Amino acid sequence: MKTDIILAGVGGQGILSIAATIGMSALHNNLHLKQAEVHGMSQRGGAVQSNMRISDKPIASDLIPMGGADIILSVEPMESLRYLPFLKKGGWLVTNTTPFININNYPEVEEILAEIKKQEKHIALDADTIASEFGSKRSSNIVMLGAATPFFDISFESFEEGIRQFFGRKGEDIVNVNLQALRAGRDFTEKNR
Amino acid sequence: MQKLLLLGDEAIAQGALDGGISGIYAYPGTPSTEITEYVQASKFAKENNIHSDWSVNEKTAMEAGLGMSYAGKRSMVCMKHVGLNVAADAFINSSITGVNGGLIVVSADDPSMHSSQNEQDSRFYGNFAMIPMLEPVNQQEAYEMAYYGYELSEKFKLPVLLRVTTRLAHSRAGVETLEQKPQNDVSLPSNLTQFVLLPSIARKQYKTLLSNQRSIEEASEESIFNKYTDGSDKTLGIITTGIANNYLMENFQDTELNHPVLKIGQYPIPRKQINKMLKECDKVLVIEEGYPIVEEMLKGYQEAGTPIIGRLDGTLPRDGELNPNLVANALGLETILDGSIPELVKNRPPSMCVGCGHIDAYNALNEAIIPYGVGRVFADIGCYTLGALPPYNAVNSCVDMGASITMAKGAADAGMVGVVAVIGDSTFTHSGITGLIDCVSENTPVTVIISDNFTTGMTGGQDSKALGKIEDICKGVGVDPDHIRVFKPLKKNMEEMVQIMKEELEYKGVSVIIPRRQCVQTMKNKKLAEQLISLNLK
Ligand SMILES: Cc1ncc(C[n+]2csc(CCOP(=O)(O)OP(=O)(O)O)c2C)c(N)n1
Repeated sequence: MKTDIILAGVGGQGILSIAATIGMSALHNNLHLKQAEVHGMSQRGGAVQSNMRISDKPIASDLIPMGGADIILSVEPMESLRYLPFLKKGGWLVTNTTPFININNYPEVEEILAEIKKQEKHIALDADTIASEFGSKRSSNIVMLGAATPFFDISFESFEEGIRQFFGRKGEDIVNVNLQALRAGRDFTEKNR
Repeated sequence: MQKLLLLGDEAIAQGALDGGISGIYAYPGTPSTEITEYVQASKFAKENNIHSDWSVNEKTAMEAGLGMSYAGKRSMVCMKHVGLNVAADAFINSSITGVNGGLIVVSADDPSMHSSQNEQDSRFYGNFAMIPMLEPVNQQEAYEMAYYGYELSEKFKLPVLLRVTTRLAHSRAGVETLEQKPQNDVSLPSNLTQFVLLPSIARKQYKTLLSNQRSIEEASEESIFNKYTDGSDKTLGIITTGIANNYLMENFQDTELNHPVLKIGQYPIPRKQINKMLKECDKVLVIEEGYPIVEEMLKGYQEAGTPIIGRLDGTLPRDGELNPNLVANALGLETILDGSIPELVKNRPPSMCVGCGHIDAYNALNEAIIPYGVGRVFADIGCYTLGALPPYNAVNSCVDMGASITMAKGAADAGMVGVVAVIGDSTFTHSGITGLIDCVSENTPVTVIISDNFTTGMTGGQDSKALGKIEDICKGVGVDPDHIRVFKPLKKNMEEMVQIMKEELEYKGVSVIIPRRQCVQTMKNKKLAEQLISLNLK
């Protein structure tokens, strides 16, 4: 069993908390894990990604080869397209549809969504709206994680455990909001895949 | 023992803590920063009084680390690759003094320049200093090298260079820890002139360093970090260094790798194993992250006449970071490429944050400098370097930390007028002060803008040693207090800011302008908030 995921977004959008939650879930299952993060200059509003690899066998490279990712999980629509050369044939593109516009030549959102829909296997959801429905816009990244969970060889319960561990320090309320967010994302994918 | 999920940087820090360090000395710099931050956050470090405050720059860090070693204790010094340039004087000389307590210098290289001015390879410095050097293949080895590195250092009485690259520094994986070692006691060097590099002593110690080279090489030949795996297909032998081995193995997850492979993790390169490979194989491919250092050295092992391929002949790209696909190409393996990046995807470069004070300072500067024309603003390294990009196009240089003030001086000496230097608060104390003294001593007509955001912003908001001291430093080195001007960079103060800048641009001597407002990224930092209140800066 091996799952390679590219997490994508813009510096400051919180893809590292998604990564950390997946990491905790993987450890919960005693799986091997490698997770290459971007720190430094790009964190100032630039394009950022994290290569996350989970396997029941030892993992060699920290970087996912081109054409090797099972999942691209993006918290921003244009960023989801930037890593297409890494997506495996038949891999899933899971993306938020809320754009993060901090450049003045940002393309038309309609065109981006059309491009996403060209992908045979895609899940596109407005995670920001879903998250604000239960009053926590900040947990939109966990909604996105929830939407990708069906494509992992890890049980949903393990992801819930990951949430409890990662957010545990911040108190019961934060844990519950994020559990709700995880479930909401999962539900969306189950209805729309 | 314990299993932890750690970044490569954090694994190094944990290895050093478990290896019995008494202090870590560093100046922040991507991708090395998290090593020191890990120690700063460690409860164990606090309870055991392990030093971890930031140093003002890499040179002071290196010297303090050497001082701790003089006193018999184990220390670690960390920096990014270009930081080793700043520390080089102390670093190279430390191989002549040698050490007392174990000393590991960590230099984190940044191939592909994710956050750097260049992609220089620190292994050159290790060779230059003729000291043992370690380069981990993964997080576990990063831990073990920091841990065992102290034994190596104390065995040879030399500093050890531990080199990592961005990918490992910033990638997380499980790490198993070893038994915690106690700190050393304070002890004097057995020879009290060991650290006195007068020529007569230095000559003797240099000869000792030279005569130890063969035993250092033997240590590499015996090292657990260097591994020769034989293979039946001797048409090609493969040498990897550090994490390059992972990219090789990634291509053989489902198929057998039949070529002999030498995995190098400890330097100097192990002569015995290298000779075996050169003798037995028809051709040797060298895969290394960074400059083609091993490849170039092997070209000097020509007695075997074996062709060497790698980055120098184009089998691998001459520059940039490696990845599994580049290594697959070098081996002639096919990769299936399917998707491409749709054309509508635009670049998204880093930019200054919304509400950043540097932006307001640049808007004022761009207006005040109009009468003099473009092309006369020498900047430095930090978030404000992003002012070089549109829409600001406000600065014309970024070379190395501190170079703003000194380059401005040179340009003013050449007769350029309206010359400006832009430098951040942390960069100013790192290496701006000395240049300012040069300006003051000749009363050079330059306007130095110290854009003070109370922090080391670019690397993630570490303490700034300049906090609350900038005016005093400037006055202390002789800047006329009438030409030290402070304002709060805000849109509503635009007129005042432009006016001040115009006045100081006209002044035919050294002026210092300090736009001062807190970095928006540090608003949640409680310790800083308290400091600002007690310094009356808030
Ligand atoms: C010799 C060297 N050491 C460290 C760095 C990494 N570095 C780049 S910018 C920076 C921080 C600059 O802080 P400051 O001058 O206060 O500006 P700010 O980013 O806060 O605007 C550091 C540490 C470097 N590029 N070169």
